[in-house]
Amino acid sequence: MGQAIGEALQFAFMRHALLAGLLVSVACGIIGAYVVINRIVFISGGIAHAAYGGIGLGYLLGFNPVLGAIAFSLVAALGMGTVQRKTKERSDTLIGVMWAMGMALGIVFIDLSAGYKADLMSYLFGSILTVPTSDILIMVGLDAVILLLVVLFYRELLAVSFDETFATVTNVPVNAIYLLLVTMIAFTVVMLMRVVGLIMVIAMLTIPAAISGQFIRDLKWMMAGAVILGMCFTTVGLWLSYSWNLTSGATIILVAGTAYLLSLAVKAGLMRKQRS
Amino acid sequence: MMGRQTNLTPRPVIEVAHLWAGYGNEAVLEDINLTVYERDFIGLMGPNGGGKTTLLKVLLGLLPSTRGSVRVMGQPVATGRKHIGYVPQQVEFDRNFPVSVWEVTRMGRLGRRGLLHRYTAEDNAIVERVLRQVEMLELRKRPIGALSGGQRQRVYIARALATAPEILLLDEPTASVDPQVSNSIYDLLQELNAHITILMISHDVGAISTYVKTVGCLNRRLFYHHEKNLPPAALEQAYQCPVELIAHGIPHRVFPVHEGARER
Repeated sequence: MGQAIGEALQFAFMRHALLAGLLVSVACGIIGAYVVINRIVFISGGIAHAAYGGIGLGYLLGFNPVLGAIAFSLVAALGMGTVQRKTKERSDTLIGVMWAMGMALGIVFIDLSAGYKADLMSYLFGSILTVPTSDILIMVGLDAVILLLVVLFYRELLAVSFDETFATVTNVPVNAIYLLLVTMIAFTVVMLMRVVGLIMVIAMLTIPAAISGQFIRDLKWMMAGAVILGMCFTTVGLWLSYSWNLTSGATIILVAGTAYLLSLAVKAGLMRKQRS
Repeated sequence: MMGRQTNLTPRPVIEVAHLWAGYGNEAVLEDINLTVYERDFIGLMGPNGGGKTTLLKVLLGLLPSTRGSVRVMGQPVATGRKHIGYVPQQVEFDRNFPVSVWEVTRMGRLGRRGLLHRYTAEDNAIVERVLRQVEMLELRKRPIGALSGGQRQRVYIARALATAPEILLLDEPTASVDPQVSNSIYDLLQELNAHITILMISHDVGAISTYVKTVGCLNRRLFYHHEKNLPPAALEQAYQCPVELIAHGIPHRVFPVHEGARER
């Protein structure tokens, strides 16, 4: 096995893939923890799918689709975040509509654009094996920005996540903090798009944090646990996909999903042991 | 008990005048007038949907009033609410939430400093003091989800106290705890009342009759006369407070015996 890994790592694309997996795991674990404790998995899914509209626009107007995805996911994040905060009823319906419209816009934009669209699938299902050096650098930058923001606003993010009403009453700028959070989710979604694809972003955003949160009752350590788990899942998934010749994004998700189901069983076992 | 408030210099901490509020076009509160004086301990009752929680929301600046004025410590609610320590009603919450007793209590200090400021040694000293006050200091490292309902309520009171409030505002503080635990929480509130004005919403008539200083009844309109005894006839007619039910068999009566109530 060790030999196989050594052999795989001789290829530059495998080193890049491994590095990309490790880098997204950092953002995933940290932001995923907030997604899980705030129960905004649905918004995160919406942001991811709406990003597809930006990819379509990139194809249509001939600029880098990743930039379009960044712009669309940011707009979607702020729009959905505002809807969630301001409308008392049916915010999930509105978010669902924005989710679908973003995706549909992407498809129509691509219909309208001319030429061959070979790597379109890579945005939907991920293409960790073709991550260029420039994307690695973007990932390093986004990780750094997310880390810095979370360190600076850790107290406020925790207070708003735990009890929004109390935070409001004590004059914490709840709206600004919430929009900061959805913005960071948008950045994370764009990074993840490269690795597992838009469709499976939710899984990588939630599974490591969900497993970690079952066993750790401190947010900082929950994040740390989620980062480490994410790194394990991407690395193991990557290795399995290399040796069995499978789609890397899907393999990573299956590894993570299996681990999650196992963790539920372990948790149930622990609970039973505690009771007896 | 009755004469106590006249011994105090009556400094008003909350002044509500001709307040109307509601949701959409529907008024839930009609022409509310309420002056809360320093060191009072008010128990506010009323039927469900009578506007108790709506009144709290207006006092906390969470819901705008449609008419009338609200002042807290002589200021509009947006700034005055920093003098209010809010203890929310216990609702369903995520038992897995990764936060400790200490961290929750310290959230009471967050609004006291601007963004980007770390908690200071003073903050930590205050958090330690209020946790000791509510007898939860030993459990400070516990995750909040591992506490019992009564313990959690004490932590929420500590969090409110950490804001260094002039007024404590409590929404059904014993809604989800058993009677013995309730009493210990009311004892704590009574102790705190030596320094802090308390306004409490409660269905718990036993507690209202035993622990509070004055009683109000809210059903769209507020009936409150800075007294502990409420005339039942007026209450029944105008406020539909269930007088017979609540005054029955309680050692310290809130209400004088209601003539005719038993015949019905």
